[in-house]
Amino acid sequence: MTIPLFYSLRNLWARKLTTVLTAAGMALVVFVFSAVQMLDTGLRQTLIATGQEDNIHVTRRSSNAEISSIVDRQQAAVIETQPEIALDANGVRLVSKEVVVLITLPKRETGVATNVTTRGIGLQGFALRPQLQIVAGRSFQPGASEVIVGSSIAQRFAGAAIGSQLRFGGREWRVVGHFAAKGSAYDSELWVDADQLQQAFRRNAWSAVVARLADAATLPAVQARLSEDPRLTLDIQSEQRFFEGQSKALSNFISYLGMTLSIIFSIGAMIGATITMYAAVATRTAEIGTLRALGFRRSSILIAFLSEAVFLGLVGGVVGVMFASLMQLVHISTLNWQSFSELAFDFVLTPKIIATSLAFALMMGLLGGFLPAVRAARMAIVDALRAV
Amino acid sequence: MANAEPAVAIRHLSKSYRRGGQKVVVLEDMSFDIQAGDFVALMGPSGSGKSTLLNLIAGIDRPDQGELRIGGIDINVLSESELADWRARHVGFIFQFYNLMPVLTAFENVELPLLLTELNARERREHVQLALDMVGLADRVTHYPSELSGGQQQRVAIARAIISDPTILVADEPTGDLDRVAAEDILALMERLNRELGKTIIMVTHDPQAAQRARSIKHLEKGMLVD
Ligand SMILES: Nc1ncnc2c1ncn2[C@@H]1O[C@H](COP(=O)(O)OP(=O)(O)O)[C@@H](O)[C@H]1O
Ligand SMILES: [Mg+2]
Repeated sequence: MTIPLFYSLRNLWARKLTTVLTAAGMALVVFVFSAVQMLDTGLRQTLIATGQEDNIHVTRRSSNAEISSIVDRQQAAVIETQPEIALDANGVRLVSKEVVVLITLPKRETGVATNVTTRGIGLQGFALRPQLQIVAGRSFQPGASEVIVGSSIAQRFAGAAIGSQLRFGGREWRVVGHFAAKGSAYDSELWVDADQLQQAFRRNAWSAVVARLADAATLPAVQARLSEDPRLTLDIQSEQRFFEGQSKALSNFISYLGMTLSIIFSIGAMIGATITMYAAVATRTAEIGTLRALGFRRSSILIAFLSEAVFLGLVGGVVGVMFASLMQLVHISTLNWQSFSELAFDFVLTPKIIATSLAFALMMGLLGGFLPAVRAARMAIVDALRAV
Repeated sequence: MANAEPAVAIRHLSKSYRRGGQKVVVLEDMSFDIQAGDFVALMGPSGSGKSTLLNLIAGIDRPDQGELRIGGIDINVLSESELADWRARHVGFIFQFYNLMPVLTAFENVELPLLLTELNARERREHVQLALDMVGLADRVTHYPSELSGGQQQRVAIARAIISDPTILVADEPTGDLDRVAAEDILALMERLNRELGKTIIMVTHDPQAAQRARSIKHLEKGMLVD
């Protein structure tokens, strides 16, 4: 048996102020560490939720974003006639040829003009997105200059109330409804009739074609056939993959920034833990000598002091994660550089984030406590006992 | 009862320290025995090497030369971890400043050495109760050292020293930090341990009154025994 754990814990308790300050430093780091991951997870979840697994999404090759993509009529016709595409109850092919443009709207609180994705959809556009529901008003009439507004936009932008008019593409559009799309990126969009949007922006091509496959497993076959067709220079992906890709730049930025901050902060927190633990070893030198004299081995001393440091890390970790979990109440709306438009998402806490954050905290404690624990374990008994 | 083997057998023991490149000889070619059941007072002026000798006997320091047999075991040949285990079984320590763990109760302090044995929690509790009873602190089990007087703390330390029934008890100035009354109290307790329980005790002291309690007195001067 070794030195009981409560010996270490009570020593932490005995110097509460130092313990609290040191753990607070670690908590701050863990907060940043987990908040960043929550943000990244929220972003990814939003964009992954945007795509349906059995929908294919077609854009011009290497266009990266729908607004910079052009799919012409001939290409669209080839996509539309693929035999793997599913039919609806009336035997109509589930295909939506879509136009995507950016318009600017002023944010309600700041008045800052912000890019908002506006999507013109074909008749089947709704059938292809079962996650989307009209929550207020009604949908737009085909052929009318009417617009429906995603829930995030409705909350954050001026002039999005039902009945008001929005001006873009050289005309007035009447807001006739609000829709919700289960926290997906569509919640940050305006939807209108595709033909109307084409006319308003004088487009005679599409930005993207979305279609439902009767069987999601046929995607590789469709991709292979279409990529061999010399008339087509298109990217054919599952809709889910496409939107996941839309999160990459922002997600990478958040991850790199978060990791850099976490690492820099953690060095500070670990130095804090090291100083605290060195002080603990110094004030308890005679205790260490006594324990060794009683027959406890160097390894027991090492473990006792490491436990103390690791527990400091654990306290910091738990507090940090607790504060980070409060971030779930915060909603973020920011520019997604890949689509150049506003995107709303939440901080999402997952068990994996909790686990990695706690592991990170324990590791900080372990590394911070390592040198002091080694010093404690290496002391000669007689020298340690002399320090009364 | 009579054991031919002495509790402590010391032969040609030498110990020196290096200080600033200079060798300071502390103990030189020392030889003597301590019989089992003896209560020895080590006396001598400050710096004469009393603590150094006691530390060597207790196995917390290593000699430069010579032989050290405690209870028949040559402790010089033990590895560091073997020596730690040996101390846990065979040596009870009593320090001048008691050296209790401030964050542990009297009970937990006394229990510490038993954590290095095979005893289960119930057996440990019985042993600790018995030991605290013996030193007259049965009603102070849940007290922390800071809630006890110096004399009481030293009695807890004595309970800790005897809890694992060691071969020898070593005490370095056990009354050095106590007032006269508390000191008498502690010395009486040690005397009882020696006379009633047959404990072999080696006590460093420079207090002649304390030394009177011992069965025999050894004088050290400049690292040598003077009789
Ligand atoms: N670790 C050490 N390093 C250097 N010198 C030491 C050390 N320990 C003891 N000494 C020296 O050895 C001599 C004897 O010390 P010690 O055994 O503590 O004497 P005592 O207990 O009789 O007062 C002293 O001169 C002391 O300074
Ligand atoms: Mg001394």
